[in-house]
Amino acid sequence: MTREQLRALALDALCDIAPEADPSALRGSIALRDQLDLDSMDFLNFLVAVHQRTGVEIPEADYGKLATLDQLVAYLAHKLGVA
Amino acid sequence: MADFLMPSLGADMDRGTILQWHKRPGDRIERGEIVVLVDTDKAEIEVESFTAGWLEEVLVREGETVPVGTAIAHIRTGEAEKPAAPVVPEMRPAPAVTPPPPPTRSPAPAPTPERVVPPAGQRIHASPLARRLAGDLGVDLAAVIGSGPEGAITRDDVERVAARRAAAVPAVSRPAAAPPAVARADKQATMRSAIAAAMERAHREIPQYYLATRVDLSRALAWLTEQNASRPLAERVLPVALFLKAVAKAAVEVPEVNGFWREGAFVPGEGVNIGVIVSLRQGGILAPALHDVSRMSVTSLFSAFRDLVARARAGKLRSSDVAGGTITVTSLGDQGVETVYGVIMPPQVALVGFGRISEQPFAEHGLLGVKPVVEITLSADHRASDGHRGGRFLSAIARLLQEPESL
Repeated sequence: MTREQLRALALDALCDIAPEADPSALRGSIALRDQLDLDSMDFLNFLVAVHQRTGVEIPEADYGKLATLDQLVAYLAHKLGVA
Repeated sequence: MADFLMPSLGADMDRGTILQWHKRPGDRIERGEIVVLVDTDKAEIEVESFTAGWLEEVLVREGETVPVGTAIAHIRTGEAEKPAAPVVPEMRPAPAVTPPPPPTRSPAPAPTPERVVPPAGQRIHASPLARRLAGDLGVDLAAVIGSGPEGAITRDDVERVAARRAAAVPAVSRPAAAPPAVARADKQATMRSAIAAAMERAHREIPQYYLATRVDLSRALAWLTEQNASRPLAERVLPVALFLKAVAKAAVEVPEVNGFWREGAFVPGEGVNIGVIVSLRQGGILAPALHDVSRMSVTSLFSAFRDLVARARAGKLRSSDVAGGTITVTSLGDQGVETVYGVIMPPQVALVGFGRISEQPFAEHGLLGVKPVVEITLSADHRASDGHRGGRFLSAIARLLQEPESL
């Protein structure tokens, strides 16, 4: 799986939770929760969806490292050994 | 024989529209089984039966709107086997469910290649969304061929017929066919007015008083982190579950905040059923209830809460979800403000608000530290309780949150 695929997969999961989101307008370096109206339940559901699609375990202690899309993709890539 | 009434699915509902009967005359109905899909001004709700029996007669057809309390069907009650044989043949009439009448706003459907009139008595299968869209667009469902499972009519099918008709019929002859955007705006407007009616009533009738307290959540959050560390993602619990459980146990200690003000007197709630305010992405709120929260474990409570929020947002609530709230909790979440002073949902007598958990200077035992703090508020009906008891209630919530392991 490439980084581009990871990003697409994350965006896909995000759009299931926030259907009003426009993937092309999302900035990778700005916290998702500053760009979208996500509450803590939405964010949990988002991470559950990402986990289901990638198999990557995400401990609660790591939530803070996953605020932006770029961070999330880097985290998943690291865990999956993607270059 | 019992009348099946249009239920009140929330204090802000005064009428409902029958969208779809799930049972036909002669069908067996078990307690708790879904009988009919009803559209309130706020949401589509699957209405369950409180009694067991057989559906005798449908009194209100699909597409019709009636006030709360109107008999919409007759149910022949009974738990036992079907009644003695001679009665049965007459009691099982030929299916009397007719295709839904054309919506009143719709023009007569123009002939289209899709027009297939089903044999008399045959049920039209259509998703609730397709049904509503058909009403809004003035499409006769009998004229649509479904492409969904088992020939069910989907939204796309309705839109295709509407588009074809729009191309075929001169614009002047389509007076009321509203585009979907307008239909959504209509729904927003009806939800807004339903909320307005309930909130007006609350402010007109309820002498509310407001209390607030700040609570150090260090212990509660540390306990939760420890619990979550050993759980897979999907089973992790958010702080809101602790809040709900603490409210429920505190309401058992101070019962004056848990129940209703009816006809000049306080009526205590049976059990603690917490109505939770769920904000919808498209705007507006719903207040479905979690039942008997004081008896649930934090884990099962959170899983029920997650399921309830998901169904509320997906428009899949059942009547048992929306009925029976004895107290309401609103949590504006961790993106929100520090303090929320909410408005009571009549006829309830109290609403508890949780603000955002934020790090704040907090003094304790002569020491000043930076702690995760939440501000908890109570809006309470002064007819049912006094500030002293309201204060006891808030203090109990605060105390319970210091003992998360015993919640």
